[in-house]
Amino acid sequence: MSSVTNVVFVGIGGQGVITASDILAAAAFEDGFDVKKSEIHGMAQRGGAVTSDVRYGATVFSPMIPTGEADYVIVLDVTQVDYASRFKKPKGLMLTPLALGDDLFKGQRGTNIALLGVLAPHLTLSMRAWEGALLSHLKPELHAENLQLFRTVAERTRILS
Amino acid sequence: MHVREAAPDVSLLTVGMCHPLPLERVRDFVHSVDRCFVIEEGDPVLYEQISAAGLVVSRPPQEFRFGEMNVQRVRQLLTGESSPEASGPSPKPPELCKGCSHRQVFSVLSKHELLVSGDIGCYTLAALPPFSAMDSVVCMGASIGVGLGLRHALGSQDGRRVVSVIGDSTFVHSGITGLVEMVYNPPESGHVVIVVDNGTTAMTGQQEHPGTGRSLRRAPTSRLSIEGIATAVGVDRVEVIDPVAESNRFERTLLEMLASEKCCVIVARRACLLARKAARRDTSRATATHVTVGQCQQESE
Repeated sequence: MSSVTNVVFVGIGGQGVITASDILAAAAFEDGFDVKKSEIHGMAQRGGAVTSDVRYGATVFSPMIPTGEADYVIVLDVTQVDYASRFKKPKGLMLTPLALGDDLFKGQRGTNIALLGVLAPHLTLSMRAWEGALLSHLKPELHAENLQLFRTVAERTRILS
Repeated sequence: MHVREAAPDVSLLTVGMCHPLPLERVRDFVHSVDRCFVIEEGDPVLYEQISAAGLVVSRPPQEFRFGEMNVQRVRQLLTGESSPEASGPSPKPPELCKGCSHRQVFSVLSKHELLVSGDIGCYTLAALPPFSAMDSVVCMGASIGVGLGLRHALGSQDGRRVVSVIGDSTFVHSGITGLVEMVYNPPESGHVVIVVDNGTTAMTGQQEHPGTGRSLRRAPTSRLSIEGIATAVGVDRVEVIDPVAESNRFERTLLEMLASEKCCVIVARRACLLARKAARRDTSRATATHVTVGQCQQESE
């Protein structure tokens, strides 16, 4: 199963955990991978933790990532970092809002898109697939702002790494 | 899929129909392999049927009766290792919304250390800290029956601390029969039922119900009166109180009712914040439609 990329998204209801995981799943699908995703949702308006697993590769079986085997753990809320660390494999990478520079990114809204921007250079998915998925999952009035945010963060991550 | 991932090379029989079980197919399969494991979530339903047919199969350990089947569990099962499952910090639990009127109700119940027989809805979240003000939850409508049972069983001294709490939509679903029981077989110490009426089915997504005055398609229809039902079945005292705007009256009335040894109902009525937001959206949409219709009429005249 080493050909499968495992990404877990963790956050609190209302932060866009599900949207972020939908965008990644759609981008991977667009690039021709077998994709499966699962989620724990419904807590959006009650402030509970929300998690979503995305797995893609040549062939994916189980839709759930075994605990401790995620390649990437994307944490949208800093209070959930301790909880989320159980999902990461020893050499996996955890991305949190702390990875986002203050100068580029202000405030809570868009954390999900900005973190996808940080994630994108680590994966092999095409920018065309990423941007197509982003546009199809956001309302038209949010397109320009989020596309710019995604591109800027992705570009900066690419230069820094 | 969990099995395919955990052990890609094993033979696998996937049962499409578990009752009646295709026993001949299972028998052939069991005889065709060296060792057979039953992978099932929850109770050992397949395992018991297969064992009863005289076939030797391995069963999941007892602790797997709880929780979800997953890849790790299948691996453990096949290797026989029983390493403890991952633990650590818990995820953030959900909570009652900031500004929710249920908060006011449960802070009073918590303050007076009452025994709360609860029900199913947003307000079930009051079982969690900081309120910790719900002692039993069984199923929809059970709050009243369980509360009455506690009153009878605990006797008049301890029983007088028992309160039943039920939401408006759950009350319509299966709370009315409980009220009938309350007045038909009243406990010695009476009883107090609080219907937390936020005018919607909030937990599941703000669906309408017979107490809202709107059909599921949001069209106006007749509204079931909760206080009217309570009065009609013969409840001794019925009060409708806004637990936020009249918080003092709510607390005072509750204590009076608990001391009265009568069968009482408080309808704690205040609209759900989320539903109010949605209603405003619906109203503006309705107004917009109305304008269009008016314009059409003017044009045709």
